[in-house]
Amino acid sequence: MVIAIGFEGSANKIGIGIVKDGEILSNCRRTYVTPPGEGFLPRETAEHHRQNIHTVLREALDQAGITPQEIDVICYTKGPGMGAPLMVCAIVARTCAKLWKKPILGVNHCIGHIEMGRLITKANNPTVLYVSGGNTQIIAYSRNRYRIFGETIDIAMGNCLDRFARVLKLSNAPSPGYNIEQAAKKGKKYYQLPYCVKGMDVSFSGILSYMEDKIDELLKDYTPEDLCYSLQETAFAMLVEITERAMAHCGSDEVLIVGGVGCNERLQEMMGIMCAERGAKLFATDERFCIDNGVMIAHAGALAFESGATMDFNDSTITQRYRTDDVYVTWRND
Amino acid sequence: MGEDLKDLKILKQGAEGKLYICNYLGKPTLIKERFKKKYRHPDLDENITKERIKNEARSIVRCKAAAVRTPALYLVDFHRSRIYMEHLEKSITVKDFIINHVKGETDKVKLGLISKLIGHTVRKLHESNIIHGDLTTSNMLLVQKVKSDDENWLDGELDIVMIDFGLSFIGSSGEDKGVDLYVLERAIISTHNDYPNLFEDILEAYKKQSKKNLGETISKFEEVRARGRKRTMVG
Repeated sequence: MVIAIGFEGSANKIGIGIVKDGEILSNCRRTYVTPPGEGFLPRETAEHHRQNIHTVLREALDQAGITPQEIDVICYTKGPGMGAPLMVCAIVARTCAKLWKKPILGVNHCIGHIEMGRLITKANNPTVLYVSGGNTQIIAYSRNRYRIFGETIDIAMGNCLDRFARVLKLSNAPSPGYNIEQAAKKGKKYYQLPYCVKGMDVSFSGILSYMEDKIDELLKDYTPEDLCYSLQETAFAMLVEITERAMAHCGSDEVLIVGGVGCNERLQEMMGIMCAERGAKLFATDERFCIDNGVMIAHAGALAFESGATMDFNDSTITQRYRTDDVYVTWRND
Repeated sequence: MGEDLKDLKILKQGAEGKLYICNYLGKPTLIKERFKKKYRHPDLDENITKERIKNEARSIVRCKAAAVRTPALYLVDFHRSRIYMEHLEKSITVKDFIINHVKGETDKVKLGLISKLIGHTVRKLHESNIIHGDLTTSNMLLVQKVKSDDENWLDGELDIVMIDFGLSFIGSSGEDKGVDLYVLERAIISTHNDYPNLFEDILEAYKKQSKKNLGETISKFEEVRARGRKRTMVG
């Protein structure tokens, strides 16, 4: 039996969660929300995390109803992410490890998302669409690695949505993507935007700069809702297309969507239609687990810990660049 | 959709369409029918399908001029979203070949020759400003260089036939060509990770073919690679 605590703070969320053998004991989180038209910057985000991390830690321990002594391993996000915010979590995790005399384990953020998705949905060996503010990847497992079959060659899907929300001056609360999703529901008129699929890779920078350049002109004939709708329809179609390509390529009949954009219901719906057409099954989770959280780090860390992975205290550093396929998966034998 | 095709043998159902085998004007023929994607907005879907059929037909014709082998084009039916083309009965995808036929040391020598062939072919495409858009080992067929009835034709001299030009376009920039190479590299890394040198060999052959306009393409390729590999990935 393994009880693990996970610290996550690679972007604008600070989350701490505790798991006991795949059972979630607590999942606490705070989000740094910026004013409309602005994104979050590393220094301010780190400051937000510093101010909240102790409250969140207290909350996570209280909700779980356990004492620090019962914890077996302390997990934190090693990367990828923004340096300063990552550092905040790493420092607190290291301090806890020393105070409580527990082993520490750095976890790849992307692997956290994948393992969390598999835990919640019970998907066995899915093709994974990992789509968030900083990442857009199509991943499939093969021989002890999560291999990246397709990804964005420039900006991430979520980054494109966030920046488009800034162009329209939509609110960043609870998240820009959520507000685009709500506005898109009211959109009616479809405007054709650049559609850019390259093999199993996609590119979103073209759509974004097109929108940025033409926004004043477009707003004469289209409402902001129409534009949100058109953006989602176009960009999500690209994501579903490359997912389908990867499935055909790997002979897979399961899809798992993870990452913050993954809780978008229109994306889930489109993916569902594609899956139904080819007799495949779709797995998705809601915002508690799609959006960055501490539990996913705790769970992925626990899996690695159980399979014998260890980390020297001196290696408990952070890295802004840490690819999904860099991790040797010791906890899967298939 | 496909009413009149229902008696035909389905060769393969891919992500985008169905492949049927038939006999057209006395020749073995492949019909590629693209289907409607219900998840896409109808306007977008129609546009994409038309665009891809056009791309495929245009590039096949252009390949002829570039001396790159492709299946011969017989008929384009926009109305039914179909392309009729030559069916190469004696062929195997490079992917299949590598996975199922490359075993011993002699096969590895053969793989070296095939890598060269791929590099040269891709370079020829790019010299003619044809950007394939979906370079993978599944989109390259191996066929006999000289047609014969030989049962063990795979041991003889082989040639490459390029297929699946749906994502292709005409582009002369180093960026387009660099991205095309990057797509190929990614496909090879994910499909043939037991042959770590495969892409390097292909790239070597690509570079050796000629010196013309090479520098820009290669530097763009490395730039795109860096964008993908080293881009900060924020959760």
